[in-house]
Amino acid sequence: MWNYSDKVKDHFFHPRNAKVLEDANGVGDVGSISCGDALRLMIKVDPKTNIITDAGFQTFGCGSAIASSSALTEMIKGKTVDEALKITNKDIADYLDGLPPQKMHCSVMGREALHAAVANYRGESWEESHEESPLICKCFGVDEAKIVQNIRANSLKTVEDVTNYTKAGGACGGCREKIEKILDKFWKGGYEGRYVEDFVSRDRFEKAQAKNGKVSLSDHYVQHRDHPYWDKVEKVLDEMRPGLEQDGGNVELIDVADDKILIRLYGACLGCFMSEMTLSYVQAQVDKALGKHVPLELVEPDLNGTGEAN
Amino acid sequence: MSEKRTVYLDNNATTMVDPEVVKAMLPYFTEYYGNASSMHDLAIEPARAVAEARHKIAEYVGAEYDSEIIFTSCATESDSTAIYSAIECNPEKREIITTPVEHPAILRVLDHLEEDRGYKITKLHVDSKGRLDLDEYKKALNSNVALVTCMWANNETGNIYPVTEMAHLAHEQGIMFHSDGVQAMGKVDMDLKSTDIDMLSFSGHKLHAPKGIGVFYLKRSCRFRPFLRGGHQESGRRAGTENVPYIVGLGKACELSGQHVGYMRSEIKRLRDRLEQGILAKVPDCFVTGDPDNRSANTSNIAFQFVEGEGILLKLNEYGICASSGSACTSGSLDPSHVMKAMGIPFTAAHGTIRFSLSRFTTEADIDYTVEKVPEIIAELRSFSPYWRKDGSGGSESFDPNYGQGKGAEFKK
Ligand code: FES
Repeated sequence: MWNYSDKVKDHFFHPRNAKVLEDANGVGDVGSISCGDALRLMIKVDPKTNIITDAGFQTFGCGSAIASSSALTEMIKGKTVDEALKITNKDIADYLDGLPPQKMHCSVMGREALHAAVANYRGESWEESHEESPLICKCFGVDEAKIVQNIRANSLKTVEDVTNYTKAGGACGGCREKIEKILDKFWKGGYEGRYVEDFVSRDRFEKAQAKNGKVSLSDHYVQHRDHPYWDKVEKVLDEMRPGLEQDGGNVELIDVADDKILIRLYGACLGCFMSEMTLSYVQAQVDKALGKHVPLELVEPDLNGTGEAN
Repeated sequence: MSEKRTVYLDNNATTMVDPEVVKAMLPYFTEYYGNASSMHDLAIEPARAVAEARHKIAEYVGAEYDSEIIFTSCATESDSTAIYSAIECNPEKREIITTPVEHPAILRVLDHLEEDRGYKITKLHVDSKGRLDLDEYKKALNSNVALVTCMWANNETGNIYPVTEMAHLAHEQGIMFHSDGVQAMGKVDMDLKSTDIDMLSFSGHKLHAPKGIGVFYLKRSCRFRPFLRGGHQESGRRAGTENVPYIVGLGKACELSGQHVGYMRSEIKRLRDRLEQGILAKVPDCFVTGDPDNRSANTSNIAFQFVEGEGILLKLNEYGICASSGSACTSGSLDPSHVMKAMGIPFTAAHGTIRFSLSRFTTEADIDYTVEKVPEIIAELRSFSPYWRKDGSGGSESFDPNYGQGKGAEFKK
């Protein structure tokens, strides 16, 4: 039996807005074959203000899928479409006082249904990639795609390497045999052409960014530690860390590319009015170290609630 | 608030330990705590009790010799023992035949042999009712096969498989035959000496003995290699100090189970049918999975279309009714039941399968209470299922969601 919070149980036994919205002007249908969940989210948006005035859902799914749908409808009502789009999986899970890690995909579904409904409202079409990738590490919610992409990008050879890059295998260890097998298969050429990073990761990352202005860490799969900037930027951050930690914060390097550097701010740094200042300070130091300006970008501390965020 | 009522209809998962079994066990924790293998007086009573239990169990399964009963820790251990013994005894044979509806204690071991040790694993097909095709089976038998392993009764559907006939066919070609009998105990006629079944596994906790005790039946004529080596217990075939209290408990449980086989087939079957018919009459769009004409008397597996099993279980649980589901979300794995998949049950129904499994402690009041609660639960969940249409004609034509969530969503203009 899953250990559900009282909030989850409440939203499951007394779902809010479980109804068909007859006058909805945005409808999003999403689902997952693998876990057997499906969700239809209906929103009613006031075209003048862009405020979501009402929401309804229908869900075929487990307790947490129903609870996540219910929570989401409560969270978006009264928000503008743009505000609603900022809601992350983790926000939904937090609203419910947490979900078991294996159930985080239920909140992912909620968020995607919202994006689909908004796209429908705006007259856009919403499509998803169909490459499903099995969950390998339950403790950290790491799937096969993420592991394969990291092996490929960084020539990882051992389970320890994979753990260092993805966290997979770093807790109960139940998935280490599977990781070993993935490594073995990879180096025998078994993943040729599969989980190609440009498709799933970078491409998706940029599209999400173009659309939302913000990037979720879960959209970002691979760290390019071989890139010439990596070590230089790491060094700058290392030097700054003691100061940040004093203020109860921290900074993490997520990835580097020729034209951008992705970092994530933690704790007190995050959301604090100082973060802008912190950022420009870090930017200046990084520019100095690299000898040219490469823009820093902030990544949201959201990893599908896999225990890593915060 | 009155105390919450409990209706336990999950006996294929585990059973209550019969109070008589507990009573039989207790002296062997305290008074007769000796090691049955020791050379002093304290060993006498434990050794006698183990021998007596072994004899009761041999009678229960119809073994020719008491020594064909080997005590293990659980049915999973017995299953692994059978498989590894068969391949060690037949190193030149590189194939194992099985079914797609076995318990993971069989399937995961065979997957491992296939992936890491290059074995060929042949999984026979089952039809939409979960039945095997014996012609396919006959064609599959060949001189490269080290072992055939087929369950006697299925845990999810209760389907009974023709293991006696299959064992005979295997023996004709000199192939070892193992059966996972966990769900068949106390439900089918079992007389192993008159069959060609070489090895059989079962566990105590499905027949009102405690968890942590199992049996591995090994026909005297069958070659064998131990899975656990060490001490000389069980004549060197399974090392490890005899778990005397549990062995005694299992002996008692088998004795009681043997006495109730008739009751299971008449009264428990009647209650099971009452439950099933009551639900089918009151709930639209649901159906029985498996083979209603040939299944164990205590099991009913019903697929409720357009709703998901975990939701049903949570709501049943609110009423104190315990059952289980083949839905993906109730297991940690997120995979829907492999048994339902093998039978080709459509996914909107497979995720809504609920298994009710009775025991000799189930009462008519339990059944009537369940029949009363199930229809309202299903109706409520369906009221907000996107696959369900208000006119009662459930269908998914109008709802065609975008699949593949969580894996690279993107906008397209
Ligand atoms: S499942 Fe990967 S560490 Fe626990």
